[in-house]
Amino acid sequence: MAVDRSDIAKLATLARIAISDDEADEVASRISTVLALVDQLQAVNTDGVLPMAHPLDAVQRLRADVVTEPNQRELFQSIAPAVQDGLYLVPQVIE
Amino acid sequence: MQWETVIGLEVHVQLATKTKIFSGASTAFGAEPNTQACAIDLALPGTLPVANEQAFRYATMFGLAVNAEIGKRSVFERKNYFYPDLPKGYQTTQLAEPIVGPGFVDLELEGGRTKRVRIHHAHLEEDAGKSLHEDFAGMSGIDLNRAGTPLIEVVTEPDMRNAEEAVAFAKKLHSIVTSLEICDGEMSQGSMRFDVNISVRPKGQEKLGTRTETKNLNSFKFMEEAIALEVERQIDVLEDGGKIKQETRLYNGDTKKARSMRSKEDSNDYRYFPCPDLLPVIIDDEYIESVRKQMPELPEAKRARFVEQYGLSDYDAGQITMDKFAAAYFEAAATFFKNTASQTGETKLIANWIMADLGAYLNRTEQRIDQSPVTPELLSGLVVRIKDGTLSSKIAKQVFEAITNGEGNADTIIETKGLKQVSDTGALEKIIDDILAANTAQVEGYRAAAEDKRAKMLGFFVGQAMKASKGQANPQALNELLVKKLNG
Repeated sequence: MAVDRSDIAKLATLARIAISDDEADEVASRISTVLALVDQLQAVNTDGVLPMAHPLDAVQRLRADVVTEPNQRELFQSIAPAVQDGLYLVPQVIE
Repeated sequence: MQWETVIGLEVHVQLATKTKIFSGASTAFGAEPNTQACAIDLALPGTLPVANEQAFRYATMFGLAVNAEIGKRSVFERKNYFYPDLPKGYQTTQLAEPIVGPGFVDLELEGGRTKRVRIHHAHLEEDAGKSLHEDFAGMSGIDLNRAGTPLIEVVTEPDMRNAEEAVAFAKKLHSIVTSLEICDGEMSQGSMRFDVNISVRPKGQEKLGTRTETKNLNSFKFMEEAIALEVERQIDVLEDGGKIKQETRLYNGDTKKARSMRSKEDSNDYRYFPCPDLLPVIIDDEYIESVRKQMPELPEAKRARFVEQYGLSDYDAGQITMDKFAAAYFEAAATFFKNTASQTGETKLIANWIMADLGAYLNRTEQRIDQSPVTPELLSGLVVRIKDGTLSSKIAKQVFEAITNGEGNADTIIETKGLKQVSDTGALEKIIDDILAANTAQVEGYRAAAEDKRAKMLGFFVGQAMKASKGQANPQALNELLVKKLNG
C-alpha cells in the first residue's frame, strides 16, 4: 500500500501537523516505504492468532483508588504560555 | 406513509471513583479549575498511566447488573482526535476487547408492556476536560479537572422504537448505576450523558435508514424533546424526497432547537491503535465472584422484596424502588411504623404518602428525599395516627403541612392544635342531633325519598356535620350514626 500527497494532507490535518507542499512528496514516499514493510507482514497467515495488544507478555498492574496527587497548579501553570482565572488559555477552537 | 423510528443509545456514565482512571488526582466535583489536574492528566512528556482498580470493579458490577459477560482480558486503545481539552491528542478507550460484553435490560412500559433492550457492550474510557469559549478575548479557557475521570460508555443495540422506550431505558440505567453506587447520577453535573442515534424507515422495511446522532443530552426531558424533533425532521426530509445525511447534531434545551455539529466528513477518522503505555488487564472468575458478592441490592430484587416483605403492590414497589433514596426512606419509615404501631402489612399507606404528599412537597420545594425535613420517623408518626383513627385523611394533610413547617411531630401538632378526630359516639350524636333539629325540612325530604335516592341526600347532612366538627369527625363513624338516626 502506498500513500500519495493527498493522503498526507489529510493525515496532517487530522494530526494538526504542518507539512508544506515542498515536503509532502518526500513524506509520502517515506511513509510508503514503511507501509511496504507492513504489507510484507500482512502477507503472513495469522489465522487463529489473537491480535497482539502489547509486545511484553505481561499483565497490567492496577493501583488502589487513593488520591496521591496534590494540587500543583501554580507549578504547572508557570510554564504555560497563557493562563487566566486558573484556566489554560489556547487559541479558540469552535465548530 | 407509515414510518417506524429506530433508536439506539450511547450513554456516558461517570464512575464514582475517588481518583482518575489513570492518575491519582481527585475527581471531586466543583473544585477550582485545574487544581485536580496532575502531570498525567496534563499529558506532560514522560508521564505514564497506571489504571485504577476501582474503575474495573465498578465496570464489572455494571456488567453483572445488565446480565453481560465480563471481558476477562480487556485492552486499551488510543482514539486519536484533536481538541484542546484533550491534551494527549487521543482518548484512551477500549474498542475490540471491552470490559463488558453483550447483555440486556428489561423495561416495563405503560400498560404493563415489557421490552428487552440489548446492550451491545460497555467499555471503560477517560473523560476529556472542559472548554470555556466566552470571556477570553478570542481565546478558549481550558479546565482539565475532568480530564481522566473514568467513564463507562454503554452502547445499546438499535432496539428502541420511540421516545417513551428510550426514556424508559435511560431511567432504568440511571436507577441501576445509582443503586450500585457506581455513579452519583447527577445529570445536571454531567454524571450521565446520553447520545441518541435516530433513524426512520417505512414500516415493514427491514433495512435501517440513515441515522443521525444527537449528542450530549443531560436530562430525560431534553432526550424526549430531542427525539421528537429529530424524528419529525427526518420524516419531513424523506417525504419531501430528500435524503438523510449521516451527521452529529446538538440539541439546545433552552431554544428547543437542534443543529448539525460536525461539518468535516473525515473528522470521525480516529485511527485507533492499541495503547503501548498500558498492558492488557486480566481479571479472573475469582475476582468477578468477589465483585458479585459485594454488589448492593438491585432495583428489581428490591422491588420483589418490598412486595414480599411489606405487602406493597407490584406497581407501588416499582415506583418506590426506582429511586434508591426513596426506597431507603420507605424502609426507614416502615421500620418506625412497625416499631410504634406493632402493625405490619399496613405500610402501603406510607408508600402512598411518600409518592403523593411528600413527593409533591419535595418537588415544590426542590429538596431531595434523603435530605427531607420530614424525616421517615415524622412521616411514620403521622401514618400511625391515621391508622389508629386519631386523624382523618383530610386533617392528616393539615398535620403534614404543619410538620413541613417544623412545628414538631404529629402527636405534638395534634395536641397543640386540638386536631384529634372525633370518633366518640356521644360527641358525634350531639353534633348530629343539632343538625337534624336545625334542618327539619331536609330530614322530612330524606325520610320521604326512595331508598336509592337517599345516598345522595345523605351528603348534605355529612357536609353539615363535618363543618360543625371543624372537619374532625371520623367520617366512617359519622356516616353510620347519621344513617341510623335519619332512618329513625
